[in-house]
Amino acid sequence: MPETPLLAVHTLEAFYGDFQALYGVDIEVGRGRIVAVIGANGAGKSTLLNTLVGLNSSPRESIRFEGEAIGGLAPHDIVKRGLALVPEGRRLFASLSVEENLVIGGQVGRRGEWTLERIYELFPILKERRQQPSMSLSGGQQQMVAIGRALMSNPTLLLCDELSLGLAPIVVKEIYGYLRAVVAGGVSAVIVEQDIGQALKMADHVYCMLEGRVALSGPAASLTREAIAAAYFGV
Amino acid sequence: MGDFANAVVQGVMVGGLYAMFAVGLALIFGVMKLVNIAHGDLIVLAAYIGLVTTQTLGLNPLAALVVVIPIMAGVGYALQRGLFNRTMGGDLMPPLLVSFGLSVIMQNGFLALFSADNKRLHAGALEVASVKLTDAISIGVLPLMQLGLAILVIAALQLLLYRTALGRAFRAVSDDPRVAQLMGLDNKHVFGLAMALSLAIVGLAGVLLAIRANFDPATGPTRLIFGFEAVIIGGLSSFWGTLAGGIILGVVQSVASTFDPGLQVLAGHIAFLIVLAVRPHGLFGRPA
Repeated sequence: MPETPLLAVHTLEAFYGDFQALYGVDIEVGRGRIVAVIGANGAGKSTLLNTLVGLNSSPRESIRFEGEAIGGLAPHDIVKRGLALVPEGRRLFASLSVEENLVIGGQVGRRGEWTLERIYELFPILKERRQQPSMSLSGGQQQMVAIGRALMSNPTLLLCDELSLGLAPIVVKEIYGYLRAVVAGGVSAVIVEQDIGQALKMADHVYCMLEGRVALSGPAASLTREAIAAAYFGV
Repeated sequence: MGDFANAVVQGVMVGGLYAMFAVGLALIFGVMKLVNIAHGDLIVLAAYIGLVTTQTLGLNPLAALVVVIPIMAGVGYALQRGLFNRTMGGDLMPPLLVSFGLSVIMQNGFLALFSADNKRLHAGALEVASVKLTDAISIGVLPLMQLGLAILVIAALQLLLYRTALGRAFRAVSDDPRVAQLMGLDNKHVFGLAMALSLAIVGLAGVLLAIRANFDPATGPTRLIFGFEAVIIGGLSSFWGTLAGGIILGVVQSVASTFDPGLQVLAGHIAFLIVLAVRPHGLFGRPA
């Protein structure tokens, strides 16, 4: 019998009112793996991540995490089980300082490798700026806070929504360098990206979404540019 | 001159009470964008609970606070979890309308239970005790205590908001309720705690009000208006601003009443309108 995957999404559907955003999505993430989800705007990538963490409702059995059905549980319950999201656009708490943003991420109370000291070791600049209002930082530094905030819950699976959004290419490279270091420590990750090159470089396995469905999937090394382009644009 | 100085001092004292009405409103609006129209009636509820407690247990009104404050906190948590939470999450209007309905129900409930008669809490010698500053000015011990308690409450709230995990949770939920859930926060519980805290302060303010002045089932709305005016005059940025707002309102009312007692309430409203016109974010507020 094959090992149960860390995360197994099975025929997941999601709705915003009458609008259907996901049509029967199947995705698996193995332990210690990085999975990339790519696709055009509106393909359903963010909806997928938001549904995984419970911000959108879903049938209980459609999402299994560490063998347990978690679909549609409350977000505060899901994060306690070890699923953390770095939301699109960072979404730091504006009235909290840098350090408070990190500390509140650790309030979940999961023990593990990631403590405030470890976050400051990874991102020394944040230690220098720890008393500043979070929104006074540069975009790249804010993204570090957002990643640190998610790590503080000591997740088993880290979900990253468009880490590159609004950042200069050199900063994107730096941020993904940090993410690589984090994953090397044993955390699994799902990265949603519009930057396909970046996604292919990082990931073991790639899913390409189109209009709420998985149009293409496979090991990152096996996918040709032509196949991805076809799945991406639906031509 | 002595009259004027006396009026200012008395206004400052009553301003402390207005500030206590106001901070509960400001806290609730700050954390969950709920405009609680029933806030004034909840003050009256606290006064009635104080009345029943003093009568049945034979307690001094100040000792009755030990009973009233926890009851009001419990009422707050239950009210939030059982009623207001069901109306939150979208528009400002549904919770506002529900709180308006609650206000009407509470006033009629008071009328049915306690009749329309004026009631008052009697605190014995404390009511008339005073400290003489000059020949023209003497300060009642009770009003002085109100102001002192208001300052304590606001200092404590400020500490709680900026130095504790609960305060951090309040600010995070206020900033971004959706993402706050991803920090393991159950927003419904956090809202419940905020309302409990707000009504605990209301418990204190309601009993102090009932010692100071008569109350009846219809007293709530005017207290609500004074609370709102204090919040708006002070601006929503800090609770110290709210205290200042309460004091300004108290002083304007008190000074106006030395010219003509009929002007007291009107002058307060006019001062409020002037602030609203000149500085819409309040005297100490920052533009959002």
